[in-house]
Order: sequence, then C-alpha cells, then structure tokens
Amino acid sequence: MSVPKYWREIPYRFRLEGGTCKDCGKSFIPYRYVCPYCGSRNIERTTMPRTGKVVTYSILYVFPKGFKKQAPYAVALVELDNGARVVSQLTDCDFDEIKIGMRVEAIFRRITEDGKDGIIKYGYKFRPIFQNKEKH
Amino acid sequence: MREVAVIGVGMTKVGQHFDKALRDLFVDAALKAFDDAGNPNIDALYVGNMVAGEAIGQSNLGAYLADYLGVKVPAFHIESACSSGGAAFILGVLGVMSGYFDTVLVGGVEKLTEYPTQTTTLHLAGAAEQEYEVYFGASFTSLNAMIMRYYMHKFNVPREYFAEWPVMMHENATKNPYAQLRFKTTIEKVLSSPIIADPLTLFDCSPTGDGAAAVIITTVENAKKITDTIVKVAGFGMGVDSISLAMRNELTTLAASVNASRKAYKMAKIEPKDVDVAEIHDAFSIMAILAIEDLGFSEKGKGAIDLHDGKYAKDGDIALNPSGGLKARGHPVGATGVYQIAEITLQLRGDAGEMQVPDAEIGLAQNIGGSGSSITVSILKRER
Repeated sequence: MSVPKYWREIPYRFRLEGGTCKDCGKSFIPYRYVCPYCGSRNIERTTMPRTGKVVTYSILYVFPKGFKKQAPYAVALVELDNGARVVSQLTDCDFDEIKIGMRVEAIFRRITEDGKDGIIKYGYKFRPIFQNKEKH
Repeated sequence: MREVAVIGVGMTKVGQHFDKALRDLFVDAALKAFDDAGNPNIDALYVGNMVAGEAIGQSNLGAYLADYLGVKVPAFHIESACSSGGAAFILGVLGVMSGYFDTVLVGGVEKLTEYPTQTTTLHLAGAAEQEYEVYFGASFTSLNAMIMRYYMHKFNVPREYFAEWPVMMHENATKNPYAQLRFKTTIEKVLSSPIIADPLTLFDCSPTGDGAAAVIITTVENAKKITDTIVKVAGFGMGVDSISLAMRNELTTLAASVNASRKAYKMAKIEPKDVDVAEIHDAFSIMAILAIEDLGFSEKGKGAIDLHDGKYAKDGDIALNPSGGLKARGHPVGATGVYQIAEITLQLRGDAGEMQVPDAEIGLAQNIGGSGSSITVSILKRER
C-alpha cells in the first residue's frame, strides 16, 4: 500500500473523524463533500462518539488476505450514538457473547500488516461495554 | 425510440477452463451467438467484465476482444462489479434504440480460476468499499452474511428456510448443460457444509468459475426479417445505492433492486405477477430471498417463508432460475448478467431444452453488483 493512501485516511480511521450535515443533521465516516442523505454541500468536520450498538454481525472463517492470524474473527455493522454507521471488527469477546443490539465502544487496534516490509495498518475496532453506566 | 430484439445467443459452460484464455472464452461465446443469429454484421461491441485488468493485467478490453473476434467496430468495456453484464446489455440496447447502431453484440466474460482462491477473493472484494469495509477485515461474503443475520432477526425466519434455495438451484442445474455444479444436494448438506461467514455456509454461496456469454441485438424490424419468434426487450432499469453497507437506510431491502425493477415494469407495461420466468442474482441465498421480495414476487419479509411453503416450486406461478442460477449454473462475475439474458431468450423462444418453462412469454433478469450497490433489471417479451 502506498504511504499517502494510508496517511490521508488517518483522521477517520484513528480518531473516528467524519462529517455531519448541517442541513439534515446526519453524520458519517469518512468525511465527504456531499451529504449522501439529502444532497447538501454544507458539511461540517466532526468527531464521532466512540460508543454505539451492534446492528448486525458475522463470524468469518474464510477471510481476506492479511487476516489469517486473527481468524476466525467477528465483523459487525455498528451504529454509533449519533446515528453514523461503520463496519469493523468486534474484539475482546467470545463469539457467543455477541448479540444484535449489544453496546460497544471503539478502541484503537492494529488491523493488519501489509506484508513483511509494508505498512502496519491501524484503526478502530469495537469491544463490548460490560459496565454500562447509562441506559439508552 | 426504436424497438429492440435479441436475435442470437451463445454461452460457454461455466467452470475451470485452464486450457482457455479470457479471449478464447469470449470468442467461443460470441461465435456461437453469431451463428445463432445467422451471422449478421455488427456495428458495435459491448463487453462486461470485472477483474481482467487486475487479475490478468489486460485492460482496454473493448479493443482487445474486438481484435480477437475479428471485428474492428466501436467497442466498449463496461464494469460495475457483478452487474457488469447486465449493465453492458442495457447500454447495448440503448445503442440500438437510439438509432446510432443497428446491430450490436453484447458479451460478458470472466476468468476467475487462474489464481488461488484468496487472490480471487481479493479481486472480487473490489465490489465493496475498499477503504472502510475491506480495510477492516470484512469480506464480500461477510457483508452478505450480515444482511442475512439482520433479516433472520427482523423477520424471525429460521436459518433452515434459506437452505431450501441452494437445493432447488442444484436440482435445476442438473438440466442445464452450461452449468458449473450439475449435481443435487440436500438441506442437511447445505447446513453442514463449512461456514464461510456465519450464518452463510459454503453451499449458500455461488461458486468461482470462468465463463463467457454473448447476445446479439438489433431492431425488431430487422429481427422480423430473420425469425417469426421475436424476443423483444420490453423494459429495463438500473438502480444504484451506497457502495458501503454502513450507508444504507435499510438492510433488508435493496433499494436499487426496487428502483430498477419499477422502472423496467413500467416501461414493459407489466406487473410482477405477469412474469413467467426469471433469472435472479442469487450470489448468496439471502440475495435470492431479497430479490424475490424486491422484484415484487413476495411481500417483504415473506420471501423465505413463501419459498418454504412451495410458492416457487415446480408448476408454481413463476419459474425462478431454471438455469440453476448463480448458485449452480455458476457466477463468472462480469458474464453473469449476459448468461441471464441468453437463458431468458432461450426460454422465450422455446429452445431451453430440459430447462424449458412451458409456454414462457415474459422473462426477467436481475443482476446485482456489490452488496446491492448496482442493480440492473431487464424484461424480455416474446412476440409472434
């Protein structure tokens, strides 16, 4: 992978930065110039909340190149507390603990490596929030 | 706008063609289509293909395949992942409808068995959002698996119901000489096959194969000079939705499928219940169920239940995937949409052999690219 291709995504993948539409109020990762929901160009750079819930998930036994060490692993579609949705891995939990609707929080993790000599790729994964202080 | 008809079709068997290059497969299917149509001159070539640029390093496919086919006519390469073939067909039809071209060849070709599965999987994952799905470890199958889990949760449908689809497709494929998987299977075998991305097992997934298909289209006026059985392109539509699953408003409806089919039905002046035979894009069992619903054959949430209740069994109101579908005919990605058109054409002509649906008059083909991001629907109608 080329360095700039990796570098320019860092704000979104490391810090969950994205965009919020000033017209319809919806948020998304990564930032984009046009709101996919209402077409507005009035998009503010915002940071997403780090907590949310599992909308759906899958356990992968056959995996893409570079993920052998982690397999089998869980991938989920997570809805963050501001409504933005992302796809990433679920970690730090047993597969049978995973439930639709489960509360999760984003954590910073190594995703994979680009071969022996390439970039080590980092980004967000999600883990369950076991001690949930507030109810949503 | 001029009326358009399909006058010739050609297909190769889907499978592992180690002895044939991409160009050989394409030319094989195209020559069969030429022979079937009585060898007309063509004004243009439209080619659907997804991964040749990346997998075999051959871009510029329009000119490349025109060259090997021995026709130096305007040639276009269309790519929209697994719906490349369906998109190429629509563009070819538009070319003839507009009056700019009179007769064109639309082909689809894909070569997927040259490399180890993981490499091919990586090529095919290009259909999804690279930077925000594939980067984090999602596979294309896992995106479909997530839709399936959500569907089962939302509509409270048992997993076993989905396994009935592959069983039906394998049964159908035993009658299709071009099919990749010509053997029967059982619900138990589907459920106990290796898990790819839970809840999807190996037998829920379409296989990887090489293949090519081609159709020749011209004006209805021209078609009448060579045949009494006109297979008219009655309607078509294309729908587009977010590339990423995360950006969908709804997971259990493919809006692109709804939009494409509405447009096609309106243009053809028919309703879903008028369709006699359909080839739908069952890359995974869940995609078949969503297609059944989004095309208007079953109510939302009832597709798998209707399947279980026998609504789509033999002698039902509509024949779904008599070819065996992507599941068992096979899924040579960029060619699949053209296979569907060729198969529907044979059905409407009454030339589908053992696969024949009795007296099929209206046929529909639905071709999906990505996890529902690009979808084409075409409706063909027989006129005598």
